[in-house]
Amino acid sequence: MKLLFDRIDEPGLNTLEVYERRGGYQPLRKALEMAPEEALDQINESGIRGRGGAGFRMGQKAGFLPRGDMDKYLVCNADESEPGTFKDRELMQKNPHQLIEGIVIASWAAEIDQAFIYIRGEYSHQADILEAALAEAYEAGYIGERILGSPHTQSLVLQRGAGAYICGEETGLLDSLEGKRGNPRLKPPFPAIEGLYGGPTLINNVETLSTVPHIIRMGGKEYAKIGTESSTGTKVVSVSGDVRRPGNYEIALGIPSRELIYDLAGGPPEGREVKFWFPGGSSAPVLTNDDLDVPYDFDSMAKAGSMLGSGAIIVVDDSHSVLEVAQKLAKFYAHESCGKCVPCREGTNWTVKMLGRIESGEATPMDLDIMAGVQEQIIGHCLCVLGDAMAMPIGSMIEKFRDELEAEIETRRQRFGAGELEDVIPIGVADEQAGPLPVH
Amino acid sequence: MSALDRPHVPRFAHGSRVPGWDAEVDLDKDPAVIPNAETTPVPEELRREIEASMAQYPDRHSAVLPALHAAQQLHGWLSPEAIDEVAAVMQVTPAYLTSVSTFYDMLETEPEPKGHHDIYVCTNISCSLRGADDFYEAMIAAAAEHPEVHVRSFECLGACDIAPMASVDGEYVGPLEDEDAGRIVADLDAGRPVLEAKQLRYRKCADPGVAEEASQFGPDEEHE
Repeated sequence: MKLLFDRIDEPGLNTLEVYERRGGYQPLRKALEMAPEEALDQINESGIRGRGGAGFRMGQKAGFLPRGDMDKYLVCNADESEPGTFKDRELMQKNPHQLIEGIVIASWAAEIDQAFIYIRGEYSHQADILEAALAEAYEAGYIGERILGSPHTQSLVLQRGAGAYICGEETGLLDSLEGKRGNPRLKPPFPAIEGLYGGPTLINNVETLSTVPHIIRMGGKEYAKIGTESSTGTKVVSVSGDVRRPGNYEIALGIPSRELIYDLAGGPPEGREVKFWFPGGSSAPVLTNDDLDVPYDFDSMAKAGSMLGSGAIIVVDDSHSVLEVAQKLAKFYAHESCGKCVPCREGTNWTVKMLGRIESGEATPMDLDIMAGVQEQIIGHCLCVLGDAMAMPIGSMIEKFRDELEAEIETRRQRFGAGELEDVIPIGVADEQAGPLPVH
Repeated sequence: MSALDRPHVPRFAHGSRVPGWDAEVDLDKDPAVIPNAETTPVPEELRREIEASMAQYPDRHSAVLPALHAAQQLHGWLSPEAIDEVAAVMQVTPAYLTSVSTFYDMLETEPEPKGHHDIYVCTNISCSLRGADDFYEAMIAAAAEHPEVHVRSFECLGACDIAPMASVDGEYVGPLEDEDAGRIVADLDAGRPVLEAKQLRYRKCADPGVAEEASQFGPDEEHE
């Protein structure tokens, strides 16, 4: 079933003319005939969960915003930077009006009159397309004063980022939108209470907002019939890495992951097998070959020890070593750490250095314990989840591929002449030999 | 611990362990203040663009990124003069703008020749699994004789479906083979669209439910 991707390659779909011909902006008319609370009820009944990474129920989040006359803001997070994720790019490039319509409906439902789209600076082609679509929508009266004769008035401004992964984190994004360095903020207060310019702010991902017109068109209850009970609707999944047909696929949530990786994306190249895969972008704990039949939905992924995240599957086949992928990952997060919180800034850096020790043949198996310990020290100890985003996958790699990493350590020690491992005492034994810690 | 048994830490001549972190700083000079809006010369077009941008937001500071983008477009990089111009129009200190511009990867705070080309090669996981590191080497080699072509590795650009890929002056191209590096430089030299047959803008959706023919590139049919 295709909702977001319905005939998405139709030429000219990015123009108002084609979008309207296909019934576009009819859901907006329908929503504006409802009271804001009724529109919000539809979103609530749909059960849609945020498609950006956290998977929080959109209706509930919008319900946190205080009602009444005050400066409230909606921010569409189009700073898609999670490695492996490219679904928002295709949605914005090919069907920009779907997103604009979703933003206007969501703004009406939450009684918001100022909205912003924060798009990553690298997506300049998509930003140009959105800008042209915005101009058309203003011209046609879908944005602006008293939209379609209703009491709803709103503005919508497109802001281009300038290359910083952390600005995809919602509070980092708010700081960036306010013209600052994109450092995350302390939560609470959550943005729904105190966000952009200190006002209540609803922040949603491109895909979530693009779904809103379909929810209004079908009705929330009807939409909720797609997918599973707790993961309703369709999801655009980006599949990349070692597969034969990388790309975006729209699926009903809850189908077996194997179907996505093998049937749709073609599976790994001839003669290769899936070694491990990230189910929700590079920050999700890795799953292995044994987990291929886990249903692709929020709860099943959590139960399997990982997460749906941004809905991006990265497949790694057996021609690659765990060390190689771990190093790429750790270097990325160390580069992107904003440096505000010590566990993240230092933890990402030390993980890079420790992985480097393995590579250069200086490490011992004890380093794996230390590295795993560092990951535990990061998780939950920072303002935002950037540090966790490295710690979770690295931690899972050490846990699931310990044998391979130990073998790697041993062969590299031999190759670089660091000698046998006889002198190295395992951690527990070392503690026993050292006796209890001195008490002062 | 006394000063004597403190471990020896190698330091640079200026007393820091970080090389050159304060090389440009003259501590005897007063910090730069907000430039005078009336006496600072600002190109008219840039002024108009920044003012229009400021008018879009409830708080003028939100226009910092659009303003810096515009100044970089005009000057090729964020030179001290470019920063001063933005500071004069926005009425903020140059230091504030510098602090913002050094945070973001796409804002250049080092000198760049005018008319240069930026090639960002994605070397993140999905691309590197498909050979991005080799392509990056090939790209550097191909651009070695072309000082106006700047090649840098970049974090995930959000186009893993065409991995390995690169962004050439904002145009996404892929999947790339090592031989494409030379073609990119040749296309830039000739002022042609870069690797037109591999541009992302023409790529069809891979989902078989969307169209019969998935993953076909246009507009040039012979490359399919």
